[in-house]
Amino acid sequence: MRVFQILIDGFAISALYALGATGFTLIFGVSGVLNLSHGAIMVAAAVAAWAAASILGVGTYAGALIGVAVALVIAFATYFAVVKPIQDSRRIPNEEKEIFVLTGTLLWGIMIQELIAYFFTNNAKTVLPIVEGVVEILGVRTPRNEIFTAIVCCLVIALLWLLVNRTRTGKAVLAASMNPRGVTLLGLELTNIYIVVWAIYGILAGIAGVLLGMFLGVSSYSVGPLTASAFSIVVLGGLGSVSGSLIAAFVVGYLETITAYLISPAYRTIPALLLLVFVMYIRPQGLLGRR
Amino acid sequence: MSTFFTSRLFFISLALVVIAATLPLYVSGYVLGLLTVAFYFGVFAMAWDLLFGFAGEVNFGPTFLIGVGAYTAGILNNQFGWSVYLCIVLGALASVIAGLVLALPALRVRGPYFGLTTLVAVLMLQNFIVVFADLTGGEIGLTIPDVITINAGANYWIALGFMTISAAILYGLSQSPIGLVLQASGQDPVQAGALGFNIVKHKLAAFIVSAFFSGLSGALLVFYFGTASVGTVVDVAVGVNVIVSAVLGGRRTVLGAALGAIFLIVAGEFLRPTGELATFIVSAVALLVVLFFPGGFLGAALSREARS
Repeated sequence: MRVFQILIDGFAISALYALGATGFTLIFGVSGVLNLSHGAIMVAAAVAAWAAASILGVGTYAGALIGVAVALVIAFATYFAVVKPIQDSRRIPNEEKEIFVLTGTLLWGIMIQELIAYFFTNNAKTVLPIVEGVVEILGVRTPRNEIFTAIVCCLVIALLWLLVNRTRTGKAVLAASMNPRGVTLLGLELTNIYIVVWAIYGILAGIAGVLLGMFLGVSSYSVGPLTASAFSIVVLGGLGSVSGSLIAAFVVGYLETITAYLISPAYRTIPALLLLVFVMYIRPQGLLGRR
Repeated sequence: MSTFFTSRLFFISLALVVIAATLPLYVSGYVLGLLTVAFYFGVFAMAWDLLFGFAGEVNFGPTFLIGVGAYTAGILNNQFGWSVYLCIVLGALASVIAGLVLALPALRVRGPYFGLTTLVAVLMLQNFIVVFADLTGGEIGLTIPDVITINAGANYWIALGFMTISAAILYGLSQSPIGLVLQASGQDPVQAGALGFNIVKHKLAAFIVSAFFSGLSGALLVFYFGTASVGTVVDVAVGVNVIVSAVLGGRRTVLGAALGAIFLIVAGEFLRPTGELATFIVSAVALLVVLFFPGGFLGAALSREARS
């Protein structure tokens, strides 16, 4: 019984982690940007979906769409107002742009978080789920919403894989991640590729945020932990490696679920953090990372 | 180094410290309390800048070092009732040891990996404090039976003196040959290594010095507050304040980091009437500085002096 429960719950949470980390790793892989406002964007999407459905009463589906749209808009704002000015700045030495992007996106994330807290308070919000009710799988009573979350996450990741590997735009993105200068020589505008990537990122973060809001609920306090968990999953998997972060998401998701069920929910995150330190010690580039 | 004593920066710093030292004679205890905290934060930020600004390593875990110092001092005082001064010394020592333990794996990796290792250290410390609540007071915080003094003026002078001495040592170190090697290794580690400098050894030294001052300052802060809590000395948000202070004041200037910290804390207090928007406004101002004056306050001032 408990084994199946861990398998099912662990799968749902891992799939959600995977989706949350995929966009983060995509941006790093293509443009070398570690976006520390990631958690804030996810929470903003969830809160927007909650506000649209609960306060404006537009319905669950429209609410979810509005949530994703808000994430998309904020992702663009992040790129144009914070990341691009730093990358284009002539006053910041090139070798320091990374730390400036980190600091800039961190501050940007705090601004979003504070605005959410100001307008919608710090209380936890649960987005109304699209599907309700409970089903029994292998003797485990599972909320339909949990299954829905897992399926959507897997579908979106599969779609992303198709987009990157099978379409012209996707191939340009892939090429830019391998050799930015070469892509420019071929006559493709690098900025356009980055815009596409930030658009994909916004949608991915938006869907992950809204699903998280339906599954576990969010508050402005979730911002930091969400960014930290995406960051650690991505590093564990290897920076820039999408398949690495998928594996890492499942390792972390299951490790947390097993700890929560078998030891205590209070210790939930500790084994995953220890594993992270251990992996960094023996394999600093992460599981599937290239150096 | 010798040119420093004749530079404008030296006289301005000296004047600022002298003026600051007279404050208890005519300002309220409330302002003094605010500045006392700001001065301890100034030391956090300067210690961080020594590692980041000069060695080029983004340490996301300043509060790991601060927290170990603060909690060690606090727990020893709470559990065994040892004297305040012994607890402070042992707190700083614990920070140095913790810094060594963290530095050994962390310095093998660079850039974002280094940043993450240090971030994980903070998250683990936070988890352990909550799990071992009997010893640490958990989420409520640790009460400390002793304080150094309850006199606001004396506390202020201790903090100011401590910050001034730390600033002198850290700044001196940053301008010394060791500081120059650190700076070189931050900008081009391969070339600095090729010149025959043992970069890892230098960075380890920087890490230990940084840990010592962070821990000492954390321990002193605990005996000023009379309490230690995750929210005041360990939380990632506190670490963010330290980093923002250093970047705001001007990275690689050491002294600027202290200015940034004082600005951040005083501005936060001034904006208190705006309620929950205070943090938003401070972050927005900090972001604008990052975008338009990447050298920070002191960086901008110094480059103007250099030009004229």
